[in-house]
Amino acid sequence: MAEPPASDSSAINTEMARLMDSVVVRFSGDSGDGMQLTGDQFTNTSAVLGNDISTFPDFPAEIRAPAGTLAGLSGFQVNLAASDIYTAGDAPQVLVAMNPAALAANLSDLEPGGVVIVNEDAFTRNNLRKAGFESSPLDDESYLQGYEVHRVPLTSMTRAALDDLDELSNQQKDLCKNAFALGLAFWLFDRPMETTLAFYQEKFAKRPQVVKANTRALKAGYAYGETTEAFQSRMSVPTRTDDVPPGTYRRITGNEAVVLGLVTAAQKANKTLFYGSYPITPASPILEGLAALKRFDVRTFQAEDEIAAIGSVIGASFAGALSVTASSGPGVSLKSEGINLAIVMELPLVVVDVQRGGPSTGLPTKTEQADLLSVLYGRNGESPIPVIAAATAAECFDMAIEACRIAIRHMTPIFLLTDGYLANSSEPWLLPDLELIEPIEVEHRTDPNGYQPYLRDEATLARPWVLPGTPGLEHRVGGLGKQDVTGNVSYDPQDNEHMIKTRAEKVARVADYLPPLEVNGPDQGDLLIIGWGGTYGAIRAAVEHSQSEGRSVASCHLRHLNPLPKDLGKILSRYRQVLVPELNMGQLSMLLQARYPVRVVGLNKVQGQPFRIREIVSKINDILT
Amino acid sequence: MTDTVEPPVIKPPAGEPSPLTRKDFVSDQEVRWCPGCGDYAILAQMQKILAEIGVPREQTVFVSGIGCSSRFPYYMDTYGIHSIHGRAPTLATGIKAVNPDLTVWVITGDGDGLSIGGNHLLHCMRRNVDVKVILFNNRVYGLTKGQYSPTSLPGHRTKSTPMGSIDYPLNPISVAIGAEATFVARTQDTNTKHLQETLRRAAAHRGTAFVEIFQNCVVYNPTAWDHTTDSSVRDDNIVYLEEGKPLVFGRDSDKGIRVNGMIPEVIDVDSNGAANEGLAVHQESLDNSSYAYMLSRMQHPEFPLPFGVLRCVDRPAYTDMLVDQVQQSIDSSDADLNALLHSSDTWVVE
Ligand code: SF4
Repeated sequence: MAEPPASDSSAINTEMARLMDSVVVRFSGDSGDGMQLTGDQFTNTSAVLGNDISTFPDFPAEIRAPAGTLAGLSGFQVNLAASDIYTAGDAPQVLVAMNPAALAANLSDLEPGGVVIVNEDAFTRNNLRKAGFESSPLDDESYLQGYEVHRVPLTSMTRAALDDLDELSNQQKDLCKNAFALGLAFWLFDRPMETTLAFYQEKFAKRPQVVKANTRALKAGYAYGETTEAFQSRMSVPTRTDDVPPGTYRRITGNEAVVLGLVTAAQKANKTLFYGSYPITPASPILEGLAALKRFDVRTFQAEDEIAAIGSVIGASFAGALSVTASSGPGVSLKSEGINLAIVMELPLVVVDVQRGGPSTGLPTKTEQADLLSVLYGRNGESPIPVIAAATAAECFDMAIEACRIAIRHMTPIFLLTDGYLANSSEPWLLPDLELIEPIEVEHRTDPNGYQPYLRDEATLARPWVLPGTPGLEHRVGGLGKQDVTGNVSYDPQDNEHMIKTRAEKVARVADYLPPLEVNGPDQGDLLIIGWGGTYGAIRAAVEHSQSEGRSVASCHLRHLNPLPKDLGKILSRYRQVLVPELNMGQLSMLLQARYPVRVVGLNKVQGQPFRIREIVSKINDILT
Repeated sequence: MTDTVEPPVIKPPAGEPSPLTRKDFVSDQEVRWCPGCGDYAILAQMQKILAEIGVPREQTVFVSGIGCSSRFPYYMDTYGIHSIHGRAPTLATGIKAVNPDLTVWVITGDGDGLSIGGNHLLHCMRRNVDVKVILFNNRVYGLTKGQYSPTSLPGHRTKSTPMGSIDYPLNPISVAIGAEATFVARTQDTNTKHLQETLRRAAAHRGTAFVEIFQNCVVYNPTAWDHTTDSSVRDDNIVYLEEGKPLVFGRDSDKGIRVNGMIPEVIDVDSNGAANEGLAVHQESLDNSSYAYMLSRMQHPEFPLPFGVLRCVDRPAYTDMLVDQVQQSIDSSDADLNALLHSSDTWVVE
């Protein structure tokens, strides 16, 4: 079969294309169908083209749950826009469903009038049964009523396109059906194929047959769109024309941003980066990412368990490295005792908690914000620790640096909270000018004169960071009660109370170094929304929507959760009501009510899914009517 | 007449005489073990041999967990961490991964190292992290006031086993050999010379050096090691391992160990050494660990307990390899942070 021509944009009848300010597309299929890769490629192309993008992958905890079942579905949602967007979108307008289960699970999310592309070949009796259908929904007009449905024989057309590639088995050819679907999506949205063609060349460089097969399937999918007259119109999302800060951009996920942020922090501190961790979803990509960066003097240690991971990090910090561990809820629980030791030893280290649905094993691949109180208070004794949280995937870069900076400046362990949504979702990232990132000042005392292990800095109360190997400064530290300054073991009641208060005061003084809070919206009014962490995008979009409807609503997003910024109390007092949307049962709400004379209304959701914009908008409407 | 067998002298690596003395390693903290506790002797010998070896104090780090023995770092004028229960090997691993030039000692006990910290000890040894692990075995929990431990013998009556322990004990040196430790030795708190030599050998080993020290808890388990300390019986209950020498023991050196198939047996030998054929000859560096394991299984009272170095083999230390990989990467590639940030599809907004 002749290779179909690559896209030729001049041939496109743009008048026929439906211009859209934004569109949300969801790809869904078996976890072995390559949906993440398909979504990634579609997103990359759109980002490079100049759309704003935001993605949300949603995959099962099982690596390969039985094919064709609801449990085995893997989804990828992307929002493409011609202007600033903050989330991957509430509801898709286009659904690509690779099998009956994908249709069953996602159809109800689709906007009325939305476009459905189904792989007709996958609607076998067996697959229908696995998805819970008694008969094919494709033959049931009422089931699909109100949607524009396209039945595409993706599998057989892919096979036909690859018919003469004798070196590949049918199974290998079938794997290319995602390329066919992607080609069709490229046609439908008027996107060029070059980025993906180059990606195939690179990814499968050692397997030219696979490059050829994917290339051909992609082009065949595109050609199918062009030649079939089934689609009422193409859709086009123009490139952004709103005020986008100039510069070089790339796409980045939260986990990738944490990796780059940590490496950057180590370079800015002129330190070895030691990273000790134990594999856990959804934090493992941080370990994998850092393991590949040894050339930056990154030393990764895959420990035997979560406890060993925190132990190794304490040892590494004692020895003088910028030391980091990451985990998710269950692992963070196991690290509690070690974190307390670091608090008492007053050593700098960073614990990244990529929160996931809990309690217990919970929902490993889903998102939640329910570890806030546990990282603040889930250890024995009075155990103060700074806690910060990233608001967006790209911001994970800045917050990773911020975490390292606070840890070193204040000689303390610190929590950086992200979550499953931030970790895996992606957005455009304006690459920073590295020169503009402030160095992280590190001082290692070498002067034995007057040295004491717990001598404190006047401003921060930090103790000196002395490295083993330094002559004359030998000292012992441990978890027992101690005397300030000397660090000697002490069971004296006054010493104990003094140390507890001093450690608390040391953490409280982190607030002296925080930038003023930013309020988005009127600086006083009817309603203030306080958010933290990965709900930023949904809150921001909802607030802007309500503002456009004339409501007196503002929002303020907290990056620093302990200590809280000093100006928060004043800001809270300037609004008649305060709403705190959280993906938990009201943890920040509780903290705010304990700390400030405010009554807080919570919007709480614990479904393993991020907020939808409309959920917040409707809560705003409830409150303000 | 000599009524004891002199433990063999194991020569440390030759070097310049050290300018340090034991006092240099004594910290200003008051030692707070019970009077008569075996820990005192171990502390004193450790301070002595470190001074003799001449490793600078600032290059030495002691890391411990929780338990009586784990107070050890406070008493050493070196760098030290008194960490949390069972986790000392994990901290030691982090320290060595960052600074492989430091000499790191882990001080642990039978409860700390084999119960709550069993997992970490196991993985530290299999990785061959370059640390010296000194396990004080007194077969009881001292600091928590006398409960049975993972090395307590079956039937041992303690406050938590009023009818006698029904736990089957671990044998620390068998565990170490099974966990692929590259250096495994046993000695005793009061066996001063032997203790010194064993610590010296451990100090000289690159990789995990595991040393079990029979240590007397005079308060909660004072008779645990009578069979290896009582001068009237100890020589019949200990076989000193010497490289290249036959396994001979007994007050009159009149008994030996022969290996019959895979099983050791005690035989009478001629103290003149004439009829010693068939006796096992000690080899600590055998690639295969079966022989060392067999030795470790010799239990009182059927057999004499092996004292000395059961196994000493060369295998690259994990922490050295970790640092090597990093160094190779640094040497062979350009660490350009800006290029790293750009290492993805990028686009420019004017
Ligand atoms: S309780 Fe036993 S092991 Fe602990 S200090 Fe006293 S004698 Fe030594």
